[in-house]
Amino acid sequence: MDFDLSDDQRLLQDSLAKLLKDKYGFEQRKGYIKSETGWSREVWAAYAELGLLGMPFAEEDGGLGYGTVETMIVMEQMGRSLTLEPFVSTVVMGGGFLRHGATAEQRAAMVPQIAEGKLLLAFAHTEPQSRFDLNDVATTAKKDGAGWVIDGRKGVVVHGDTADQLIVTARISGGRRDRDGIGVFLVPATAQGVTRRGFGTSDGQRAADITFDNVKVGAEAELKGGLALVEQVADETMAALAAEAVGCMEAAKDLTVDYLKTRKQFGRPIGSFQSLQHRAAEMMVCLEQARSMAMLAAMMAGEKDAAERRRQMRAVKIEVGRNARFVGQQTVQMHGGIAMTMEYAGGHYLKRLTVIENMFGDMDHHLAALSEEGGVFLAA
Amino acid sequence: MELRFTEEERAFRQEVRDWIDANLPAETRERMASGRTPTKAMQVDWQKRLYEKGWAVPHWPVEWGGQPWSAIKRFILSEEIQSTPAPSPLGFNCNMLGPVLIAFGTEEQKKFFLPKLASLDLWFCQGFSEPGAGSDLASLKTRAVREGDHYVVNGQKTWTTLAQHADWIFLLVRSDPGAAKQQEGISFLLVDMKTPGITVRPIITIDGAHEVNEVFFDDVKVPVANLVGTENRGWDCAKFLLSNERTGQARVGASKERIRRLKLIAKEAPGGARPVMEDPRFRSRLTDVEVQLKALEMTTLRVLADENRALSQRKPNPASSVLKIRGTELQQAISELYVMAAGPYGLAAPNDPEADGRNEPDVAADWQTLAQATYFNWRKQSIYGGSTEIQKNIMAKAFLGL
Repeated sequence: MDFDLSDDQRLLQDSLAKLLKDKYGFEQRKGYIKSETGWSREVWAAYAELGLLGMPFAEEDGGLGYGTVETMIVMEQMGRSLTLEPFVSTVVMGGGFLRHGATAEQRAAMVPQIAEGKLLLAFAHTEPQSRFDLNDVATTAKKDGAGWVIDGRKGVVVHGDTADQLIVTARISGGRRDRDGIGVFLVPATAQGVTRRGFGTSDGQRAADITFDNVKVGAEAELKGGLALVEQVADETMAALAAEAVGCMEAAKDLTVDYLKTRKQFGRPIGSFQSLQHRAAEMMVCLEQARSMAMLAAMMAGEKDAAERRRQMRAVKIEVGRNARFVGQQTVQMHGGIAMTMEYAGGHYLKRLTVIENMFGDMDHHLAALSEEGGVFLAA
Repeated sequence: MELRFTEEERAFRQEVRDWIDANLPAETRERMASGRTPTKAMQVDWQKRLYEKGWAVPHWPVEWGGQPWSAIKRFILSEEIQSTPAPSPLGFNCNMLGPVLIAFGTEEQKKFFLPKLASLDLWFCQGFSEPGAGSDLASLKTRAVREGDHYVVNGQKTWTTLAQHADWIFLLVRSDPGAAKQQEGISFLLVDMKTPGITVRPIITIDGAHEVNEVFFDDVKVPVANLVGTENRGWDCAKFLLSNERTGQARVGASKERIRRLKLIAKEAPGGARPVMEDPRFRSRLTDVEVQLKALEMTTLRVLADENRALSQRKPNPASSVLKIRGTELQQAISELYVMAAGPYGLAAPNDPEADGRNEPDVAADWQTLAQATYFNWRKQSIYGGSTEIQKNIMAKAFLGL
């Protein structure tokens, strides 16, 4: 039992923290949001230089061969700075699909490009009717000679507006909600028949609504794994988002505690009032419980037993969501009016935490599923 | 970072499990499983077995009967005891007074008391709280006046848990009422409960149980040899005692056992059209508590890994404050789930043959009549041992600098 980081992991943490300190002040971030892409190409290039973009890939594919703990470290730092770049879309999700579902040739072609920051990916899965059910896929993929024709609509494709390649789920066979018959396809974003409408998300990031109209791809476009692959990548992504939430929560807590010490009302710092002290202490309890779950997530993300991995990841999602909501809301409440403004960082933590809470299933979704599956502690 | 138990640790867990299965008397196990506290005889018998095995006080130094184990291994033992469930070694002896004597006691005190604490040859109770000194413990008034080779103690302690079973009491007394700070005039004494002038009066709590007592001291003579540490420096002992055994307070093992049992019960418990467990609302509440317990288990392991380090490398860990607050909240939440599962038959109060002399069978199953009693009783958990509010005061000051 060892919760410490290795020297290399600490180095990774420090280098990224330093980079973000230089490049990701809250005012700089406002500039990135206003830019054409909605995030910073310069920061993306700096990530590439640091090796972050090739991090999870095997060394023989051109990556660094890092594991889930390294992902946790990186995501936590990104959460602290409320970064906007398509790291989760390209490296965590895209990376997951390539590692688990692509052929060696595909990886050889794509991983070096990703690592250099030249190739962006996005996961196009959610549909107007599907809500949080990963098995609910109405988009179709029909055989067309050796290749496929894809038709359908995908919504809220995070960073889908700037992606070069889309990873698209489509139904090959069966009914809309069948677990079997789901295919996963690599589709160039510029392929004929792909229409993208980009939009901003509530946390200041970008997404796209994408329609596929008679989009033709070759046989090699299909990744191996079907729904099991999607679930595995979703779980890995949930682990990464848990760590990002912990980073957000810690920064929000720090910001709030600083404010309690400096803001004066009734002639004294408001942090001298016991009701606010207790709420700040509760924020800390929430942060530590969420941190414990992010660590559990890092450990379980690589679990071979898929059912066990799913159950534990649901628990992570529920507990991080609960605690993130408290910390986000109280950050605004204890600041008062200032955190209601776009100008100030405080409210932006609530925004990002709320988006994370609602990605890949909200608390109720996972609570219902987990209780169906027998709960956390199965009878021995 | 490695969060899994090693092969050796897993083997040790199995060894503990097998040993408990072979050695725990069936009636003790049955009583514990029903959710009742063990009788005095059960507690003493079981602790003696643990003592003979060398497992009563593994966290003490080896020379005083401890084991050269990692914090993880100690945790495994205590978790297995809780999850059987079997009685845990008496906290007053093993987690409170023992470590204080090891740190502050004289050689004579250590030699005389430590083996008896570990074997439960002497049962100690804790004389800290007073009617006017609860959360503000340092304002205690029980007075000790030195007269030659003994102190004369006068005053009153309250909430004294299991004083009715105790052979001795460890006591905080005011030895210097004129000290500049309240904390500086307090001493830590060991007192034989048979000393003339001591009266124990039961307090019956809202669940109907006799667990706590008032203890009155009327010109009680205590030999100076029974002073622990330095006169007027008893607060050091008290602070040390209260900061010990942080991971024990979460009682994750006990809560996991209660949940496992509740799941079995709720599968059978009648809930109208279907068993209680098939009610999605109930099940989802139960799962929600399990999720929080999983997080607490991870936090416990984090604190434990920290305790595994050399003392000099330890940093104050904010995660440790989480354990008392969330640990007690979750135990209370589980007791509420039992009340929900019991339904109307939970209204029946349990018979108490000791108190009312009747010995009729209860009108409902044991777990049903105990559900509300336990729920009422467990409200104490967020009050004793530093209430949730006191824990938050400590966090705000120590970790947030407020």
